[in-house]
Amino acid sequence: MTATSDREQMAYISSQAADARVNVELDTGDMTLNIGPQHPATHGTLRIACQLDGEQVVVAEPIMGYMHRGYEKLCEVRTYPQCTTLINRIDWLGSFANEVPFILAAERLMEVEAPPRAQWIRTILFELSRVANLALFLGDMGVQIGALTPVFFAFRDRERVLNQIEEVTGGRFHPNFDRIGGLKDDIPKGWIEETHSVMVKMRTFCDEMEDLLVGNEIFQARCRGVGVIPPEVALSYGLSGANLRASGVDWDLRRDANPGLAWDQVDWRVWTHPDGDSFARYWVRLQETREATRIVDQLLDGIPSGPIMAKVPRIIKVPAGEAYLSTENPLGEMGYYIVSKGDLGPFRVKIRTPSFNNISIVPWVMKGVYVPDVITILGSLYFILGDIDR
Amino acid sequence: MTTLLALPYWQETGIKLGLALAIIPTTSLILVYLFLFKMMAFMQSRLGPNDTGPYGTLQLIAEAIKFLQKEDIHPAQADRRVFRMAPVVVLASTFLLYVVLPAGPDAVVQNLDTGVFYAMAVSSISVLGILMAGWSSANKYALLGGLRAAGQLIAYELPLILAVMGVVIQAETLNLQGIVEAQATGEIFGFGGIGNPFILTQFLAFLIFMIAAQAELTQTPFDMPVAETELVGGFHIEYTGFRFLLFFMAEFGTAFAFAALASVMFLGGWWIPGFDVDDNILNVLGPGVMLGKILLIAFFIFWVRFTYPRLREDQLQKFAWKVLIPLALVNIVLTGIFKVVF
Amino acid sequence: MPQLPGLIKGLGVTAKTAGRTLFPKRGWKTLIPAPQKGAVTVQYPHEKEAPPERARGVIALHEENCTACMLCSRSCPDWCIYIEGHKVKAPPRREGGKPRTVNMLDRFDIDYALCMYCGICVEVCPFDALFWTPEYEYSEPRIADLLHDKDRLGEWMDTVPDFLDYEPGSEQKVRKVPR
Ligand code: SF4
Ligand code: SF4
Repeated sequence: MTATSDREQMAYISSQAADARVNVELDTGDMTLNIGPQHPATHGTLRIACQLDGEQVVVAEPIMGYMHRGYEKLCEVRTYPQCTTLINRIDWLGSFANEVPFILAAERLMEVEAPPRAQWIRTILFELSRVANLALFLGDMGVQIGALTPVFFAFRDRERVLNQIEEVTGGRFHPNFDRIGGLKDDIPKGWIEETHSVMVKMRTFCDEMEDLLVGNEIFQARCRGVGVIPPEVALSYGLSGANLRASGVDWDLRRDANPGLAWDQVDWRVWTHPDGDSFARYWVRLQETREATRIVDQLLDGIPSGPIMAKVPRIIKVPAGEAYLSTENPLGEMGYYIVSKGDLGPFRVKIRTPSFNNISIVPWVMKGVYVPDVITILGSLYFILGDIDR
Repeated sequence: MTTLLALPYWQETGIKLGLALAIIPTTSLILVYLFLFKMMAFMQSRLGPNDTGPYGTLQLIAEAIKFLQKEDIHPAQADRRVFRMAPVVVLASTFLLYVVLPAGPDAVVQNLDTGVFYAMAVSSISVLGILMAGWSSANKYALLGGLRAAGQLIAYELPLILAVMGVVIQAETLNLQGIVEAQATGEIFGFGGIGNPFILTQFLAFLIFMIAAQAELTQTPFDMPVAETELVGGFHIEYTGFRFLLFFMAEFGTAFAFAALASVMFLGGWWIPGFDVDDNILNVLGPGVMLGKILLIAFFIFWVRFTYPRLREDQLQKFAWKVLIPLALVNIVLTGIFKVVF
Repeated sequence: MPQLPGLIKGLGVTAKTAGRTLFPKRGWKTLIPAPQKGAVTVQYPHEKEAPPERARGVIALHEENCTACMLCSRSCPDWCIYIEGHKVKAPPRREGGKPRTVNMLDRFDIDYALCMYCGICVEVCPFDALFWTPEYEYSEPRIADLLHDKDRLGEWMDTVPDFLDYEPGSEQKVRKVPR
């Protein structure tokens, strides 16, 4: 052994002693577990830094921004029609629903209103994208807690809805179909009938999910009582959409603040659940999917005839002003605050996305849960990365 | 018993061991192809692999070749020796299980008198391998997975053994061949036509055995240690290439072995109604019958796997200790009482 | 803890789906397995999916109609259309008229590596020179090859489907594709 000074030896001995002490006291220090940014449960690049004590979460902190694409800034250097292409890509599972509030806000600034036929078709496509979006959630929730099959069912049946959207708009995911003052095109022949049959299939899909997951005791054991959000907390964190309704708050912008779309023309109801846990969130979304298929069915039968485009100039200039408008998107309240200076494009756009607020409750709701519950809660809060980071 | 071939002991053993070694990849191939590829695909309205070979039968071989080409990566922090040994330990446990599985009156590598005991003991070696893998990977997910696996496998070992106890009491032997014989010569209310498969008298034990086996195999709903969507694969998260293939093979090889154990203990094993128990022809027909029964049981294992979500760790433990073990104990007591009364 | 019905219902759903996939036929043919028919997936290289007519697959250019007005290029949100042109004197349309100046197209490239498939260029073109076709098989091993020049874009013209009729109640006029 090489010569070591006394001091080194002392240091060595004392460090050994420290180790021994730790071992004696069995200090089970907290472990930091990074869930994400690359993790199957985050559908993208969300990172949740968890302090674990054993398998129990002490602190969980969502860290976002890995997928920030700067859409608010990009919108400032684009014209209004170009903006919708970007906006399509915010919540990529329910893209058409993203366009609508932006276009409606711009229409409000321009003081034009789309003709009724356009409004009805807008509403139909809106609800179709809701069905497509929520269908994927219904299956994906199964995968989050370990059931493989539901997600394949979801992909199978969602494809039918996407096909219907594609037949009208030309795009499965990025329709870019909404225009200031109306729509780009009318619906093709035979579409109404096909959509009716697809809606029947989607209801069968909902029944299957009910049998496969909701009625399943294991699913209930995993979801009931997990991640309970009381209504006051939900409201104070600004949750919206099904997450809020699952906490028992009867709040739906489609009914409460309808910006002129055709929801007030049909018969439907808002579903709420008193529990506020993961199961309630799943259940509410399941019912909402069913309800959306019903809305679509009713709307399809009553499309008024007429033009699909109001009189707007070919080159769109929005007069100076500000407008905020939000709608009830598949994920929750989605709003656009547009500041215009009378140019071809907006001066500033602020996008209020539902997922950003929904995910902000993570530190509150994840205190003290187990690691598997982290996944259940994340799954049931249902966020879309593009919607958080935009 | 008559011997099939008059060979020296070492030759016979050598041949049998070689066969058993060759059988593991084959069995996992059959299971993976039939259930993981095809049945799962059909249950999800898909076709599954169908381009490699007729109906995609060669898909798994193609995948094996793909795995062999992959680089063998060790994490920098890994405990190399343990990391390398872990998959071998797991596979060894599977291999040792195959030693006592009978497929005919003589078609067995080694007919141990304590066969059941041996099988249960050997099957729990895999816990060690999994724990080694989880610990040595120097990965938090792997560690969590390994620890969960250890907890779970130990918890479910108990109901597994207790369920088997009922069978052992009824058959009055620990020898797997003896259990088959006991079922073959048994009678149901004086009717001996189909023997007495213990699934009839030991249905509770069969259920407990199947549930516990599901947990031992870490199949959904008890796949907490693997849990793709939260632990991203659990203990084998860091494994690549050939070592991952070993884990994969062991998983399905063990599934096959447990299905075989279940069919030996509850479904009458290789015996065919109408034959003598030590009829030589059963050495030829027996494996076929066994295969049929094994596939039937494996079908249930995988059917459940593709349908259910997984339980949480604490629920899983609660289920083992509060439901399965008491039930298994009740079953043993009942079996004992009936044994004494009749 | 376990109440069986829920668990068994789940097994029933998967079994039913497997049955429907494996035995999709009706009547006495039920027992012939035909998963090729029962599966909802499309076996892509062997059979092709037919996207709807309006699908935005690739843009076709009808060169004769294009006047190199640059409108499409300017309204593209990521500026991936490259147009160059020059003016030429063309013979008068009618006998004895004045000679005209026409824009000749030298270069019309769309970089599909950048394109967002938004359809704005097709929509703004005032002379009906751009059309969507639902073709989708033009991926390339090299990203630079995704730049389609005007000949390549012209070739797509053959695949442009006719515009669809509208659902009753519509006041839109069905447009014609120049052939
Ligand atoms: S489709 Fe959109 S992105 Fe593509 S070339 Fe046309 S305008 Fe540009
Ligand atoms: S807008 Fe139409 S006419 Fe003008 S350059 Fe583009 S393709 Fe040619």
